Amino acid sequence: MNPVNYLYLAALLFTIGATGVLIRRNAIVVFMCVELMLNACNLAFVTFSRMHGNLDGQIIAFFTMVVAAAEVVVGLAIIVSLFRTRHSASVDDASLMKL
Amino acid sequence: MENLIALLIAAPLLGAVVLLLGGRRLDAVGHWVGTLLSTASFVVGLVLFAGLLGKDAEHRTWTQHLWSWIPVGDFQADVTLRLDQLSMTFVLLITGVGSLIHLYSIGYMEHDERRRRFFGYLNLFLAAMLLLVLADNYLLLYVGWEGVGLASYLLIGFWQHKPSAATAAKKAFLVNRVGDVGLSIAIMLMFTTFGTFAFGPVLEHAGDASEGRLTAIGLMLLLAACGKSAQVPLQSWLGDAMEGPTPVSALIHAATMVTAGVYLIVRSAAIFNGAPDAQLVVTVVGGVTLLFGAIVGCAKDDIKKALAGSTMSQIGYMVLAAGLGPIGYVFAIMHLVTHGFFKAGLFLGAGSVMHGMNDEVDMRKYGGLRKYMPITFVTFGLGYLAIIGFPGLSGFFSKDKIIEAAFAKGGAEGWILGGVALLGAAITAFYMTRVMLMTFFGEPRWKNQPTKSPEAPSAEPAAEHQGAHGEPHPHESPRTMTIPMIVLAVGSVAGGAFFDVGDRFLHWLEPVTGHSEGHSPLSALTVTGATMVCLVLGVGLAWAQYGRKPVPAHAPRGSVLTRAARRDLYQDDFNHVVLVRGGEHLTRSLVYVDHTLVDGVVNGSAAGFGGLSGRLRRVQNGFARSYAVSMFGGAALLVAATLLMRAV
Repeated sequence: MNPVNYLYLAALLFTIGATGVLIRRNAIVVFMCVELMLNACNLAFVTFSRMHGNLDGQIIAFFTMVVAAAEVVVGLAIIVSLFRTRHSASVDDASLMKL
Repeated sequence: MENLIALLIAAPLLGAVVLLLGGRRLDAVGHWVGTLLSTASFVVGLVLFAGLLGKDAEHRTWTQHLWSWIPVGDFQADVTLRLDQLSMTFVLLITGVGSLIHLYSIGYMEHDERRRRFFGYLNLFLAAMLLLVLADNYLLLYVGWEGVGLASYLLIGFWQHKPSAATAAKKAFLVNRVGDVGLSIAIMLMFTTFGTFAFGPVLEHAGDASEGRLTAIGLMLLLAACGKSAQVPLQSWLGDAMEGPTPVSALIHAATMVTAGVYLIVRSAAIFNGAPDAQLVVTVVGGVTLLFGAIVGCAKDDIKKALAGSTMSQIGYMVLAAGLGPIGYVFAIMHLVTHGFFKAGLFLGAGSVMHGMNDEVDMRKYGGLRKYMPITFVTFGLGYLAIIGFPGLSGFFSKDKIIEAAFAKGGAEGWILGGVALLGAAITAFYMTRVMLMTFFGEPRWKNQPTKSPEAPSAEPAAEHQGAHGEPHPHESPRTMTIPMIVLAVGSVAGGAFFDVGDRFLHWLEPVTGHSEGHSPLSALTVTGATMVCLVLGVGLAWAQYGRKPVPAHAPRGSVLTRAARRDLYQDDFNHVVLVRGGEHLTRSLVYVDHTLVDGVVNGSAAGFGGLSGRLRRVQNGFARSYAVSMFGGAALLVAATLLMRAV
């Protein structure tokens, strides 16, 4: 199969993720969309790795996974504590830093 | 012997320090300390004078290097004193007349509780003036110059509780500052031209500099001299300076202060010799001031102000002579010395009259005082004869020489300057005779006059005030005051003849100032004759007006000229309209420019940034998603830009 199709898929997934980040209010969903964007990037890396015939992209994908895992740990903790204090997981409610 | 020079300055300086810092425990002896130290300086001056006389005319310059003041690369300012014939003459005049005035002040200021401080200031004045004439470079001279300005400020405003005295002191100081600016610019010009400001090298190489440079330096020096010597256009402070105690007036007018300008010009003779244009301006200033002061002197009823006008006029003679170049330098200094004697005598005489008349200064309230104050009358009368140039007295010799030199200038200039000097001699005779007649002759106008007070005929306080003073009882002054007057009178009588016989003064000063005989279109005898005619005319006119008929106790309205002269020829009005108003307008327009332009730029840019940031602030709305949109938008833009660049 033509590897370019994987790139199209990656772009599609990234767009879906980005749209979700921008339009959804629920912090958990926004978080999942971020994960979606990260994985779309991973897919693109791996595809390029295959297309160029070297392993650089695959290694970067591993790094991305590690970073994503760490991010999930911290991000979920923040979301949980936010929900505990404000009884809401809406990102629009967390606007304390506004001037 | 050279090492004694510093002692000349140190003695009065020590007196000033001790008296001003010593506090009240010196009140009892302060005046004697001041007088002794000033006399000590005079004695040192005499010793040095004897030393100088013992040398050849060529070797009569002594210098004493004290310390390096500002040694910075090429800029070398040393504290070095220089004693030559010119400074020696000034030293003797300053310390001699100054000491006599100190002695006089003991009696004059007897009832003033701040007498110790007064003597401290007097000593400071002497020290500053001595530094001025003994300095070996222009920068050190500037120090003395400023010191004289400070001391005159302190002394003119000595009775500072009177607002008029405080104002007069401020005026003198400010007007002098204008002249000081001239001196500082002259010093800077000298440094850029000659690379130094020591007298020796500057005056030696003056001939090498371009005429334009020399003219600029000369004019700046003249500005400085105008300030200190009260020459037109910086003359306005002198009349008001009469607010100070009378000994101060005597000191300022005879021995110190106003002579400094003449000294500066004569000392810088080499510079002026190379700048004929500057010399011409000097003579014009001298000539104008000569008439200006004389006219003002004719109209004043205040005895001290009449004498102040006379000083201005006489200094005008000296400046005129100094502007004539080598034919006049010696005579300028000679007139300065003789003037020092008779003007000090006249002022001390005026002070003595005031002392006996309850500090009344209006000559219309004097009259017939010769019977009550015989010593004052005789000494004042001798000073009077000397200043009008009565044959045989000192003013005759010195003024006559200046008039001769003015004619000898040659050409139309010579005729004009000579004519002005002759006219001045006539007016001098007029106003001095007027002072003499109004004060010492005629009917006493001080009797019975206090009871009538036109402003408040029935007011209680006025009557009480009159009761406290009562009718004045003219009496002769104490001996500390009469002795200096007698000594000065002797000087006024004999000084001129002593200097003139065998051209003693000429030979003494010639090595420093240089001298050349002019070619006068008139013979010396003709000039003397003309001067005598002017003298008789002036005295006669004054006698016709003030001697033959009684002097009215209230000033008549007078002609236009009289009224103008009473107001000092509108000098203050002129200054007010041109300088004060002009200055106000200038500052106002500068303030306007500052407010609109400078503040406009600063405030405008601040307001612009404020408004811009107020709008930009809206972007930060607190919604995380909108930040995310801008981030995505930015990232998209970057990607697009990258792609675009690659495509191109």
